[in-house]
Amino acid sequence: MLYRETGQFKTSYAADMAIFPIRQDRIALGALLIFAFVGVPALDAFQVWPFGGEYLIRAILIPFLILSLAAVGLNTLTGYCGQLSLGSGAFMAIGAYSAYKFGTGVRIPLEIFTIDIPPLPVFWCILLGGLMAAFVGILFGVPSLRIKGLYLAVATLAAQFFFDWLFIRVKWFTNYTSSGSVVAPDLTFFGLYVNKPIERYMLCLIFVTVFALMAKNLVRGNIGRQWMAIRDMDIAAELMGIRPLYAKLTAFAISSFMIGVAGALWAFIYLGAWEPLAFNIDRSFQILFMVIIGGLGSILGSFLGAAFILVLPILLDQVPHALGIAVSVETVSLLVFMVTGALICWLLIVEPHGFARLWSTGKEKLRFWPYPY
Amino acid sequence: MRAPSASDIAAGEILLSIENVSLSFGGVRAIRDVSFDIKKGEVRAIIGPNGAGKTSMLNVINGFYQPQHGRITFKGETRTKMRPYDAARGGIARTFQNVALFKGMSALDNIMAGRTLKMKRGFLWQILRVGPALTEEIEHRRRVEEIIDFLEIQAIRKVPVARLPYGLQKRVELGRALAMEPELLLLDEPMAGMNLEEKEDMSRFIIDVNDHFGTTIALIEHDMGVVMDLSDRVVVLDHGVKIADGTPDAVKANQDVIDAYLGVAH
Repeated sequence: MLYRETGQFKTSYAADMAIFPIRQDRIALGALLIFAFVGVPALDAFQVWPFGGEYLIRAILIPFLILSLAAVGLNTLTGYCGQLSLGSGAFMAIGAYSAYKFGTGVRIPLEIFTIDIPPLPVFWCILLGGLMAAFVGILFGVPSLRIKGLYLAVATLAAQFFFDWLFIRVKWFTNYTSSGSVVAPDLTFFGLYVNKPIERYMLCLIFVTVFALMAKNLVRGNIGRQWMAIRDMDIAAELMGIRPLYAKLTAFAISSFMIGVAGALWAFIYLGAWEPLAFNIDRSFQILFMVIIGGLGSILGSFLGAAFILVLPILLDQVPHALGIAVSVETVSLLVFMVTGALICWLLIVEPHGFARLWSTGKEKLRFWPYPY
Repeated sequence: MRAPSASDIAAGEILLSIENVSLSFGGVRAIRDVSFDIKKGEVRAIIGPNGAGKTSMLNVINGFYQPQHGRITFKGETRTKMRPYDAARGGIARTFQNVALFKGMSALDNIMAGRTLKMKRGFLWQILRVGPALTEEIEHRRRVEEIIDFLEIQAIRKVPVARLPYGLQKRVELGRALAMEPELLLLDEPMAGMNLEEKEDMSRFIIDVNDHFGTTIALIEHDMGVVMDLSDRVVVLDHGVKIADGTPDAVKANQDVIDAYLGVAH
């Protein structure tokens, strides 16, 4: 009864093309944003359940936000442009290590002169990390002009292994630390020192909100239509004047940029100190699963997928403890693996198009509820 | 705009001419030394039995196939082969024999995608979606809505095309081609698989496009009634060779054409 479009007449194309043309959606999103920006800090300030301690923010909300951003990035490429990529971990690593290098100063001695960039402020480091990832993304996107589908996935897998190797073997990237592990610079944003979990959370939230909005704008604009046209029927798209080169490489660039920024955030804000293993192939798969389970071709789906993949195991972990069953930690973690795997299989059988499709089907049903039509 | 009469077309300027085009795939010679032209404002039908090379000919015209021999002159510019991008930019649009819509997109987005070449704002504007980018988007939406009105598909504009019945998909595909505001519209079997009523609707749209927008149309169709009614001139292909070219009446009376369609005793 609550979810009705009846009576909401649009008198301009601008109103019809708004992100959320339905009033109830706007209210719901507004409420969610207010909760995320105001409610969470307020609850944290008063340490109201479940915000007691820092666990929820530090171990769930921050990684959820950052990996959502990476999932949004991969979704623009795989979901919207149809280019399967297994290199997300590598692009996150490029973002992280570029940001690290820019944060600690870049010094490249050449024959004639030396490139010497002093340490930059953290904010610009993160964005430059994204830009470096975008640049590499374009390079590794070039094969997509020739190969498609699984073959392209193999080519991006090459990127993954190459950068895994590069950041372990080339000590320059880790500033010659003996262990290969590096520590992020102090997080000072425009004079504000960001240290407490709630501050880090707010920072991630701002990044994610801005980039998700930008991604949404792109996918519902002309470039988004070009991406989807290439995804759905590349021959017809080409004959309509859509250039595959431009469409695919912009998708690679924008996707890698967002994944690179997510990588920099992951390293600087979530991990603090990290080694190349943090961005290995498992990370690539994790993000790809988020996109598939959330829904290919949906920004909302990226968030739902990230929540499912990341939060579900953590919740399941708590179940035996909450029920008072005494089982060992190892048994629990194995059980969590099994249950999560089974749930993924079940979900993909019931709804192969992921949570985003479930969501839109639910909304369609809700429009008529409680009447059959 | 007034529909050009038969005599206008006969005297009219040539929009596209195909000269001695040959196309082969390995040992298969799909098109052999075919020449014909398409005049501005006419409806030009290409007919022939299955495997005659009709679709290959359309693919040569808009650059998807590149012929080994021959020349293509479009709007006074001669070249040995078209490129898809140049063809689209030059104003050649087409529909496909097996509907080639963008299945995951709504009817509206499909038609909007047809305006890609007309939209100029770069991606930085599109990220922000304010000012000129938004104005441009709204302006093109308005143009697309005109096409939606023209094709009478208002009710389905937000439906993903994969859910639409075949006849409507064909109509959306025509809309997508029209959104390019083409000078030359290539229609590959626009009425295949349709019932009589749908065929009549589609014929009406084709005539209207030709009349109102003055779009030149090249059309492949198997329904001879439709071909004879709609087209100004007909070219007949058989096994990649041109066997007849002329007005519908002349073609109908041509002995080679009758033999090609009905078979001939050897």
